Amino acid sequence: MIPSLPRPFWLRTATAVYLIAFLAFLFLPLIVVAVFAFNDAPYPAPPWHGFTLDWFAGNATKGRVGLFQDQELLASIGTSCIVAVWVTLLSLVVGTCSAFLIERARFPGKQLLSIFMLAPLVIPGVILGISILAFASRVADLGEDLFSWELDFLRPGLPLVVLGQFSFIATIATLTISARLRRFDASLEEAALNLGASKFAVFMHILLPYLRPSLLGSAAISFLMSFADFNTTLMLVGSDSPLTVMMYGRMREGATPVLNAVSLFLMLASAVIAVSLMRGSGSRPRS
Amino acid sequence: MSESSLPAGAATETPLAGRWSARLTLGLLLAPALLWLLALIVLPHIDLALLSLRERVGPRQYVASLAQYRTFFAEPLYWHVFVRTAVMSVFATLLTLLLAFPIAWIIAKLARGRAASLLFILCLIPFWVSETVRTLGWMILLRESGVLPGLLMKLGLTSVPVELLYHDATILVGLVYTSLLFMLVPLISSLESLDNSLIEAAYDLGANGFAVLRTIVIPHAAPGITAGCIVVFMLTLGNYLTPTLLGGKNSQWFTEQIYTQFITRFNWEQGAAFGFLLLGLSTAIVIVGLRLSGQRFGEVMRRT
Repeated sequence: MIPSLPRPFWLRTATAVYLIAFLAFLFLPLIVVAVFAFNDAPYPAPPWHGFTLDWFAGNATKGRVGLFQDQELLASIGTSCIVAVWVTLLSLVVGTCSAFLIERARFPGKQLLSIFMLAPLVIPGVILGISILAFASRVADLGEDLFSWELDFLRPGLPLVVLGQFSFIATIATLTISARLRRFDASLEEAALNLGASKFAVFMHILLPYLRPSLLGSAAISFLMSFADFNTTLMLVGSDSPLTVMMYGRMREGATPVLNAVSLFLMLASAVIAVSLMRGSGSRPRS
Repeated sequence: MSESSLPAGAATETPLAGRWSARLTLGLLLAPALLWLLALIVLPHIDLALLSLRERVGPRQYVASLAQYRTFFAEPLYWHVFVRTAVMSVFATLLTLLLAFPIAWIIAKLARGRAASLLFILCLIPFWVSETVRTLGWMILLRESGVLPGLLMKLGLTSVPVELLYHDATILVGLVYTSLLFMLVPLISSLESLDNSLIEAAYDLGANGFAVLRTIVIPHAAPGITAGCIVVFMLTLGNYLTPTLLGGKNSQWFTEQIYTQFITRFNWEQGAAFGFLLLGLSTAIVIVGLRLSGQRFGEVMRRT
């Protein structure tokens, strides 16, 4: 019940107990991952054998390959970063265009277009992945048969991963940017136009600065979502594995705590992004 | 400001040129969006549909047929896995709703000001971390040599460490865990808009807690509940990582079948048909959910 109504003692106690249990449920998996990154044992499991930094700094001579020596893992982090940067750039550009299209432009079929823009959110990621895989292969086959073009970027590999992730992250960028554009005070723009500014100048000096928080926000969200995506990526990946796919493969085999070390690194990195995003927007974040 | 002080460029721009530049702007804005939606969403799905409706009869020879869909219904393994995935997803959605509702209530109604934002941020933190990391945490907690079986043994509840991974319940725990935030956000926003005085009035008129919940809170929060359930069901149905890692060989999740057909067996026709069946179920749930609550697609998506 609400604070203004009398709440019996048992209800208040039950609420507190439930809240604590819920928070424990939320944080237990993350705490365990972090703690076992420092356990001096070859497997991320109890009992506790003492503190070690081997899973970060260890090298082959000690028989333990730490995160900083694990070339395979480091390469996959690099791959994920490259993919995420491309996805972020593409999503921001297309998201901004689409936001203006939805909020400002008037043209026949706009309603239909805005429904199509939301569609990627209700299509399961696996299906986005296979449909793009199949279509890209068909286009590549056609190119080869008809014109003997080598369209290698349409075969499973990083360019396809970028396209696959972009196909739904662009929707999220569009929604974030258009939500802010909707609240824009049009009189600012009219004033600038009255004072003789060109449309381009208005865009550069008034609209872009106004949209800045939402652009930064959607850049951060795009980057994180791209980094974390698994479903779509798995279907489109070629020989270079991004981090999530690499981790998945190792988790199935039962990996050493080096995975805990890389997870801890991921948690810290996303915490930094999250905190700077909250500072930047100053409002309550919504994912 | 008088008219004459307008700059020359704006005054002399003819209506025709203005219309052209407006058309050009529209075209430039439309091009990226159309390219994105046509090349990555519409055409690939049409292609997938065509792929699912053909059968290979010889090397590079195909005929149109419903064989892929027939195989699905004829082979019990396939539709068992499909039904199982759907049923488990329903359970996961209901569990998520039950778990998240009290927390949403606490954040929206009981906690005030800073405490409410702090609680919300606490709930948000795990979801900034990728699903892979969270699943790794559950595996360390639940596997036979893991934290919880060890704890159970120390407490004397079991004599040998029990394997807590690879059960249906484990899959459900993992799915609920990954879905919580997507339920919490729409629930909180719909509960926040509920006027406290309505609850007070009901209470003054003698309603007990259950009656208030049933006649006031749930009807008011219905849009949020539907939105949350739709999103959670969809995400659960399409999940791959959590069921395969926490369920191991017993997971039998439908997305895994799609992966097997597409990537392992290279039977794209069959995989495409499976993909369409999953997409059909997912879309049907979205439409039914929206009909039931009388909401529009765009509104629901904006809520989450």
